Amino acid sequence: MGYCYQPEIEQASREKITALQNERLVNTVKRVYERVPIYRARMEEAGVTPDDIKGIEDLYKLPFTSKQDLRDTYPYGMFAVPMRDVMRLHASSGTTGKQIVVGYTQNDLDIWGDIVARQLAAAGITSEDKVHVAYGYGLFTGGLGIAEGSRRLGCTSIPVSSGNTARQLTILQDFESDAIACTPSYAMYLGESAQKAGIDTSKLPLRAGIFGAEPWTEEMRREIEKSLNIKAYDIYGLTEIMGPGVAYECSEQKGMHVNEDHFIIEILDPETHLPVPDGQKGEIVFTCITKEAFPLIRFRTKDIGTITHEKCACGRTFVRMSKPMGRIDDMLIIRGVNVFPSQIETVLLQMNLSPNYQIIVDRKGVLDTIEVQVEMTDDTFSDTISEISAKEKALADNLKSVLGIAAKATFVSAGSIARSEGKAKRVIDRRNLV
Amino acid sequence: MFIKQLSVFVENKQGALSKITSLLFENNINMRAVSIADTQDFGILRMIVDDIDKAAEALKNNNTIYKINNVIGVELTDKPGSLATVLEILTENGINVEYMYAFVTPGNRDSAYLVLRARHNDRAEQVLKDNNIKMLSEEDIQSI
Repeated sequence: MGYCYQPEIEQASREKITALQNERLVNTVKRVYERVPIYRARMEEAGVTPDDIKGIEDLYKLPFTSKQDLRDTYPYGMFAVPMRDVMRLHASSGTTGKQIVVGYTQNDLDIWGDIVARQLAAAGITSEDKVHVAYGYGLFTGGLGIAEGSRRLGCTSIPVSSGNTARQLTILQDFESDAIACTPSYAMYLGESAQKAGIDTSKLPLRAGIFGAEPWTEEMRREIEKSLNIKAYDIYGLTEIMGPGVAYECSEQKGMHVNEDHFIIEILDPETHLPVPDGQKGEIVFTCITKEAFPLIRFRTKDIGTITHEKCACGRTFVRMSKPMGRIDDMLIIRGVNVFPSQIETVLLQMNLSPNYQIIVDRKGVLDTIEVQVEMTDDTFSDTISEISAKEKALADNLKSVLGIAAKATFVSAGSIARSEGKAKRVIDRRNLV
Repeated sequence: MFIKQLSVFVENKQGALSKITSLLFENNINMRAVSIADTQDFGILRMIVDDIDKAAEALKNNNTIYKINNVIGVELTDKPGSLATVLEILTENGINVEYMYAFVTPGNRDSAYLVLRARHNDRAEQVLKDNNIKMLSEEDIQSI
C-alpha cells in the first residue's frame, strides 16, 4: 500500500464514494439552480428541476456546460457566491479564444490544496521535503496550485516560477530540492540543460517530478526520468474545474486517479452523449460537486480519454483516467467509426516511422476512404521495392487493427507534407459533405 | 568485388524524378547506369554514378532520402547468350536476383555491363567469382 495523504477517502469503498457523490451532487444542483441564472434557464429548458436529481444515476438528465458558456457569461456570470466570499481569481490563458475567469472561496482553496497534496504524497513527497515549483505563478493555476498543495501537506515550497533556466539549475543544486513541478516540455529542457552544463543529476537529492498542463508521451516520461534521474508523475487539471490536481498519478504510473469526492467524471460517446464502457474512448466530462465559487455541471472538456474502474495496486479506489488522447475537434467520423489523429500517431511512434504524417479522407462513390501519408525516413527506405511495400503493408495492418477500419498507407518524400508555422496540417478532408 | 549503388526514394508524381536528376546535374554528377523501379505510389531510382560521395552530399543537403549499398557489377561479352550464362549459374546455385539492369558504353563496344543485387549478395559474388565471371570494381566504374 502506497502512502496516502487522505487514506480514509482515497482508499474508500465504492459504496462510500457513491454515497458521497450522490449527496454532494444533489446539494450542488440545488445551489446552482438557485444562484446561477444560466443553470436555472438551461434546466427549465430541459424540463428538469433539482427535485429530479436524486443522485449520480440522474446525472444524464442535466444539461451540459461548454467553454462557450463561460465566454458568454464572462467575467462573473457563472459564479455561485457573492464576490465578498471569493478569495482568489484565476484565468485561463485564452489561447483558443477569449480568456475565461474562475473564482475560489476559502473552502475551494483548501480543497484544491488537499487534492494537490494527494498528488505530492502519491509521488512519495512528505513534510520533510522541499518542492521546487517551476510552473508560472500568476493567473495561471499551475504555480499557486502546487504551492497550495505543498502548504497543506506541510512541505517546503520553493516558488521559483518559470523561466531563467540557469537560475533554476542553481537553485535545484543549492537549495537541494527533493521534487520539482513544471510542464513536461520544460522538464525535458531542464534535463538537457543540466547535461550541457555538466551537472551530474544522479548526485542531486531530486527524486520526483510532477508534470502536467500540456500533453506529453511515455517517451518523454522515460527521457525526463533518465536525464533528471527522478520518477516522473502525471498530474491532470484544467482551470475551469480547479487547476492541477483534478486527477493524479500514483507510483504505478498506470493512469490518473480522479478525485471523485470532488469531481464526477463521465466518458461519453461524442455522437450519442451516452456513457461508454471502461476502456473505450470518449469525451471527458466533469461535474464539480464541492466547488462553491465556480461549480461547473457536466463541463465538456473536449478532451478524449478513457477510464477504468479496475483495482489499482496502490490501494487507491478512485477511478483512473488515461492521459487525454486528443481533442474532440480533431475527431473524424469515417464510415461511422470515430478516428482520432492521436491513434495514428501512436502507431507511427510504435513502428519507429516519421512523426510527419497527413490523413487524407475522401469519398469514392458512397464509401469513405482514409489514406495515411507518412514521410520516408533513412531508416525506412530500402533499395528494394519488396521491403518498402512490406513496411507499407505492416503500417496498413496496424492502422486497421487500431482504428477498426481499413486505411491505405503511403510513403511520401521527406519534407513534402506542408507545414505551417512548423506544424504540419494533419487532416485533409476532401469529402464534400454539406 | 562490389560496386556502390545510390538509390533514391521518388514519389510517383509529376516532376519528382526531374527534381533529382536536375540536382545531380547541378552538382556535375555523371550517371553510368540508371534504372527505375516503380509501384503505384512510389519508385526507387537506382544509379551507378561517377562520384557517389558528392552525389550523396548533394542529396542530403536537399533533404532527399537515399541509400548507398553494394551491388554486383558484371562485365559481359556483348553477344547473345552471355546474360543467360550468368543467370544460369545463379539459378543452379539457388540464388534469387532481387533486381538487375544493364548498360553499354561507347568506349567499349564489345562489352555490356550488368548491375545486379541478389537476396544473398555475398554468396552471389562468391559463386560468380568461382565461375570466373568478370566483375567490376569501383576503379572500373571510374574508368569506363
